[in-house]
Amino acid sequence: MGSVLEVRNLRLYYHTGKGAVRAVDDVSFSLAEGETLGLVGESGCGKTTMGLALLKMPTPPGRIEGGSILIDGRDIVPLGETAVRRTVRWVKISMVFQGAMNCLTPVYTVGRQMLETLRNHKTMARDEAERIIAMYLGLVGLSPETVRRYPHELSGGMKQRVVIAMALFLEPRIVILDEPTTALDVIVQAQIINLLKELKRSLKLSFLFITHDLATEAEVADRILVMYAGRVAEIGTNQQIFGGGSGHPYTRRLLAATPRIHEKVSELSFIPGAPPDLLDPPTGCRFHVRCPEVMDRCRTEMPPLVQVEDGHASACWRCVHG
Amino acid sequence: MAERDLLVVKDLKKWFPVRRSLGQWMAGTERPAVRAVDGVSFEIRKQEIFGLVGESGCGKTTTGKLVMKLLEPSSGTLEFDGMDVTRVTAEELARYRRNVQMIFQDPYASMNPRFKIREVLDEPLSIHKVGADGRERADRIARALSEVKLTPVEEYLDRFPHMLSGGQRQRVATARTLILSPHLLVADEPVSMIDLSTRAEILHMMKDVQRDLGLSYLYITHDLSTARYFTDRLAVMYLGRIVEIGRPDDVIGAPRHPYTRALIAAVCEPVPGKVSTCREIPIKGEIPSAADIPPGCRFHPRCVFAGPECAQEPGPELTEVGADHGAACKRLSEI
Repeated sequence: MGSVLEVRNLRLYYHTGKGAVRAVDDVSFSLAEGETLGLVGESGCGKTTMGLALLKMPTPPGRIEGGSILIDGRDIVPLGETAVRRTVRWVKISMVFQGAMNCLTPVYTVGRQMLETLRNHKTMARDEAERIIAMYLGLVGLSPETVRRYPHELSGGMKQRVVIAMALFLEPRIVILDEPTTALDVIVQAQIINLLKELKRSLKLSFLFITHDLATEAEVADRILVMYAGRVAEIGTNQQIFGGGSGHPYTRRLLAATPRIHEKVSELSFIPGAPPDLLDPPTGCRFHVRCPEVMDRCRTEMPPLVQVEDGHASACWRCVHG
Repeated sequence: MAERDLLVVKDLKKWFPVRRSLGQWMAGTERPAVRAVDGVSFEIRKQEIFGLVGESGCGKTTTGKLVMKLLEPSSGTLEFDGMDVTRVTAEELARYRRNVQMIFQDPYASMNPRFKIREVLDEPLSIHKVGADGRERADRIARALSEVKLTPVEEYLDRFPHMLSGGQRQRVATARTLILSPHLLVADEPVSMIDLSTRAEILHMMKDVQRDLGLSYLYITHDLSTARYFTDRLAVMYLGRIVEIGRPDDVIGAPRHPYTRALIAAVCEPVPGKVSTCREIPIKGEIPSAADIPPGCRFHPRCVFAGPECAQEPGPELTEVGADHGAACKRLSEI
């Protein structure tokens, strides 16, 4: 499997009046063809910023400060906006934004907004566009007559399907999914997860699946990247992270805080405190303030991401010292 | 009403009327209604955490509002501590409201942004005219804050809500309800907007408060996993009715109703999953509108076990399937 996306030392800072907020700070990873990489972490740890950076559309005052994003071997960071729009964004890599299903225009039918989106990007005759729309609706499990409906006539699950269909219009191979199931009811969540798995297989897609919910990642992701305060805390396969072999205290504590329905627990654990302010992150390991296993070295020196086993790396001094 | 019960809800209904079209009016069609809550009965015992779980649109929040008396029921009764509170005078209502307080879902929207924490907590006291002088009120405020572990108290009193994290705000919201020494707290999704890492912290705090002060909770949520951990008993709602009720070990550990089973099957677990395969969820289609409820058992069009009798009126009633465990299904013996 070749990698379709390779991110190297990516940095994205928000330049505020008070200084630079280091939302993504030296992040590297790769995404293989047909793979789902899960991106997890608490809110404010840089997950969504990461997704926007990959589309080269950081929200102002955000700016990509360095590093490279290689899609099919080509670095898109130096590309200008016109080139990105013509050859990268939506074409090679697309994104389903968090809460996108609630951003459908209430005054247009679903068909009209899909048509508008499609014809904005590709010159094509109306009936050709309608044929494509019907095809994509079928792909996400909606009937062709959905085009005549208004968003308020659709359930949350159906709207989410519409939004997913629109993200696939220009046949991208990489799709970033930002919390695609978070606002949905559990049964609908499970249905959307099943749909995404089918789409991935039939269209040979690669997913970057962003969520705060480890339980969902366990279900969908081949590999997991745990982010903390803009940096990679740990990266490994589904089995390595969830199989009990996780080496990073942050991952372990997140896992312990995730309730399990089939286990009766008397005490759920939690992580005291909150993620740090990225205007002025703590010295050393950014997690050391909240870490129960903190050592002297953690307070002063930033731990490097070191390989602990094949395909499994962790940024923790405990992993270096054993 | 048993001695142990604090709140008894009997056959509670809330129908929201919908406007008829001109054609319907001419034809003399009966005025249609959204049957948000349609015959719900349960009791909350003293010092018990009672959970109400279900998907959006099942009527759990409406039930919570009916209990808070923010809405008037279409029919049915509410009994609090032996007293019928379904129809009350303004004076009785004020007394009831002191006993029954609410924690809202969104800690960012439930506080006046221009109030300091001190003022947020002082407001219920001045509304209910509690506390003879400033000293006594300040004492109560300090006690409520230490109850929710926001200490040292002085550090929080003069802050504004925007200076607090979501978890801290939910603590303040809890302190605000405690300040009137209520007996029952209605908590509508109190942790759904809080980060996973601190969710357990808030639930811990709420459980500690409940034990320390001997309160009862009505915990409304869509999240079965936290309900299992947090509640003493829980009820699963579907389209305005309770389909299963009992202790979490029974309802979630050994569910009897097909809907409860589907809900549980749909929950993801943080264990290495079968990433490449799709999961079978034993349910069909999507939830119908509460304005157009199917006849008979309202779950039958989506049920994988449904037989012809399930579409017949009357629908199934809650029947005992074990100690303190009830389910409403006509085919319990066959599934």
